[in-house]
Amino acid sequence: MTENSTATVWHEVASPFCGIASDDLTIEVNGNTVKVLENGDAVTRPGFETPITDTQPRINGKEVTLDQAVSHIADLLINSKQPLIAGLGTDLNGARAAMALADKSGATIDSYYSPAAFRNILVLQDTGYMTTTLTEVRNRVDLLVVVGTDIESTFPRFYERMVWNKESMFGQDIESREVIYLGKPPSGDASTSPKGKKAQVIACDNADLPEVISVLRALVKGKQIQAETVAGVAVSDLSTLADKLNAAKYSVVTWSAGQLDIDHAEATIQNVCEMIKEINATTRSNGLPIGGKEGDTTVNAVASWQSGYPMRTTFNRRFPDYDPFLNDSRRILANDESDFLIWVSSFNTTVTPPQSSANTIVLGRSGMQFETEPEVYIPVGVPGIDHEGRTFRSDSVVSVPLRKLRDSGLPSVFEVLSAVEQAL
Amino acid sequence: MLLKLTGGRIFDPAHDVNDVVRDIYIRDGRIVEKPTDGRVDEEIDVSGKVIMAGAIDMHTHIGGGKVNIARTMLPEDHAEAVYERTELLRSGTGHAAPSTLTTGYRYAEMGYTAGFEPAVLPINARQAHMEMHDTPIIDKGGYVMLGSDDFLLRMMAANSDQEAINNYVAWTINHAQAVGLKVVNPGGISAFKFNQRKLDLDEKNDFYGVTPRDILHRLSRAVQEIGVPHPLHVHGCNLGVPGNMQTTLDTIQGAEGVPMHLTHIQFHSYGTEGDFKFSSGAAEIAEAINKHKNITVDVGQILFGQTVTASGDNMRQFAGAPHAHPNKWVCMDIECEAGCGVVPFKYKDQSYVNALQWMIGLETFLMVDDPWRIFLTTDHPNGAPFTSYPHLIKLLMDKSFRNDMLSTLHPEAQKATHLASLDREYSLYEIAIMTRAGAAKLVGLADRGHLGIGAAADITVYTDNSDREKMFEKPDYVFKDGEMVVRQGQVIKITWGTTHVVKPEYDVSIEKPLQQYFDKFHTLKMSNFKISNDEIIDDGRGSLTIQPLHKGGRL
Repeated sequence: MTENSTATVWHEVASPFCGIASDDLTIEVNGNTVKVLENGDAVTRPGFETPITDTQPRINGKEVTLDQAVSHIADLLINSKQPLIAGLGTDLNGARAAMALADKSGATIDSYYSPAAFRNILVLQDTGYMTTTLTEVRNRVDLLVVVGTDIESTFPRFYERMVWNKESMFGQDIESREVIYLGKPPSGDASTSPKGKKAQVIACDNADLPEVISVLRALVKGKQIQAETVAGVAVSDLSTLADKLNAAKYSVVTWSAGQLDIDHAEATIQNVCEMIKEINATTRSNGLPIGGKEGDTTVNAVASWQSGYPMRTTFNRRFPDYDPFLNDSRRILANDESDFLIWVSSFNTTVTPPQSSANTIVLGRSGMQFETEPEVYIPVGVPGIDHEGRTFRSDSVVSVPLRKLRDSGLPSVFEVLSAVEQAL
Repeated sequence: MLLKLTGGRIFDPAHDVNDVVRDIYIRDGRIVEKPTDGRVDEEIDVSGKVIMAGAIDMHTHIGGGKVNIARTMLPEDHAEAVYERTELLRSGTGHAAPSTLTTGYRYAEMGYTAGFEPAVLPINARQAHMEMHDTPIIDKGGYVMLGSDDFLLRMMAANSDQEAINNYVAWTINHAQAVGLKVVNPGGISAFKFNQRKLDLDEKNDFYGVTPRDILHRLSRAVQEIGVPHPLHVHGCNLGVPGNMQTTLDTIQGAEGVPMHLTHIQFHSYGTEGDFKFSSGAAEIAEAINKHKNITVDVGQILFGQTVTASGDNMRQFAGAPHAHPNKWVCMDIECEAGCGVVPFKYKDQSYVNALQWMIGLETFLMVDDPWRIFLTTDHPNGAPFTSYPHLIKLLMDKSFRNDMLSTLHPEAQKATHLASLDREYSLYEIAIMTRAGAAKLVGLADRGHLGIGAAADITVYTDNSDREKMFEKPDYVFKDGEMVVRQGQVIKITWGTTHVVKPEYDVSIEKPLQQYFDKFHTLKMSNFKISNDEIIDDGRGSLTIQPLHKGGRL
């Protein structure tokens, strides 16, 4: 406990703000003020510490009660022709409520993070992959290849927790682990070993990764390459990397699809994944897609088990109807194809709805600022701060319980969307 | 409110009741005695109808990571089976890997009132429960998976005493909220991470020096000693490998009389005879089962068509991946604890191997004498989707139908089986044993699977029909905890079943080494690993039913 007798200190708190969902945070709560005391980083600190400002729902800028806001949303939803529930920054039960409401109202669902998530999902649906999870990496990785991703900018504690941990379960000399960047170089020193060994960088523009990865895959398979360079990268460097991949006992190839904002990102990820399968003909190698923050993995998982499909599914024809292109919320809004948008962003005040002609409802984290005041705005609680919840980690295997740290009185997305469904 | 079902033909093997006309009284979700004052609030005439307890699927992959990977992976398979929303029912999809809502509705419509997920990874148990929570009407539960987890293997390598292993098993069952213990390719999933590609019963894991036989021995003893009613649920070594019947026979022998359930035995009953070097081992396996009364099995029958195989056995799934149809698949290593592999597959009646697999499954059903020790499964969705159960029941109950089907299959495979000469036809009573009384006894459900006084009123009412497929796919009525949920094969009411668990006692001292293990090696804290009772109750729809332990359970 701290000097302030009204403060409460929470231990082993899980963070929903980053896809690796570290669950070793120590957090102090004093009234509505939250402070990360231990194991915070540049992502989790603002995640937990962003203060509550507004607490009252608004209709067209005017403060109203939650009941008034809910019944107004229900009225609008009943009369809408092409409703869209998007953003979808929420937890397990928020996702469940969104699915139930979409099913009942014939809405389309999509997540703010889908452009990145679908770079992986499309590969899963086309050829599949071999992947591993964070604890396996922590204990087994001997060669980490990072494709086009500056890990530490979005996953600040990745290296500390998964690569430069003190000890491996299998007696591995941690210092012997090798880190190689392919594409974008790292922005800092997180990838440098405890004794100062820097990561090797085979630098190229991320836009050239499709070509570079194709050549690497060919080399891994033992194919002859005539060219000496590819996109400015020496083929001999790639050849050395291919040899290392074939020689490693447990290599891990990682990428964050959110950072592979390039043409043919799926094809590139697919080539990486097929290469990994081929390496496994003789030794072990796995992919590690990282991402999935702010409920991104969770909403895709819930949508899949409730409807059979991930995001970008519409219930407009009364059954789940999946189309990863037509049901892209950005496309729908840009083309003015939706007349009614429910935008959910309970983790992040900066994830606001895109401009569109749709009547817009926002269930947003308190403190959200708008260029255009939405028709209805309901400040909602943050899962893992204002109410209990559960969220999936990036690997879509491990989910963590989120705790209620303070009593702010803000409603959860589950409560609001369930109330709207009831009111229909 | 007292409900009377009047004049039905009762099939209740738990009480040796075989086709006896008797009335059933239901109050507050339970079967009760005939009221002394004779007052009844509602009466349903079921005279001439066949009455059984609700069916129980004791091995069906309905929840958890690998099932959800299968769902996400197969949009084209869902597109062939979409279900519109109705006033009552949520929409859904799915043939091989249906959505959770659809899963619950379809099971209930077939007269099933419970299903058990057989491969709950401890680290993924939270997700398995989330998915089962979203599966309506039926009761559920899970067998938690150990055997390739590093904590156990480290204990075994250090030669820890059995008491410590019992503690760990009991702790895991408690905190994963499970009703039983499963082992998949014992030690093999771990061995695959060390790049071993096969692991026979007596082959050592390269790192730990532990054999599958040791693991089976330790875990089956643990289950018995802590008093968990469901015997160790074993997916053995060498799944799908021609010649694996010998491994299976050795496994049965090696159980040394300790109860053991060998799951999807069909996939473990292969010989190497004939031109195709692939033959049926069903006769030898059935003989061994008949002889060893400690052994129970479920079949894992295959049926022809498109499905998806989803398994914790990533070693064998990786080996099978070249057969993926369509050509896409996933294998995962998971958290120094387990793994998974998801491989879509199409069983073809003109494939010699697939045809023989079909025959091996049926031979096993017909040659195992005791219906209390063999269970009707397709290892959903691995052999076929669970919706094919009525068809499978017809194959078991109708010899001429079976032989007609047989005659259309790969001709060489027909020559390799003596299925056509097996005259056995299952009776309704035997079907009730396999899918109700026996299954409840095996899982350890005290108040389900029978129609005795005090039992939960999970009841299915069928119209007798010599076409058994028609009979079993569309019951007249299904009652779940006393409420009519299905009428004429249609869901008419949504309820939410309970989650069955067991709570064996453990010595809390096990948390000391576990805490250290989690802190040192894991990326999750032990406190966050544990699944609370509140998580099962969740939004209020869920509930927990703690089933009794066997007497003599130690600790």
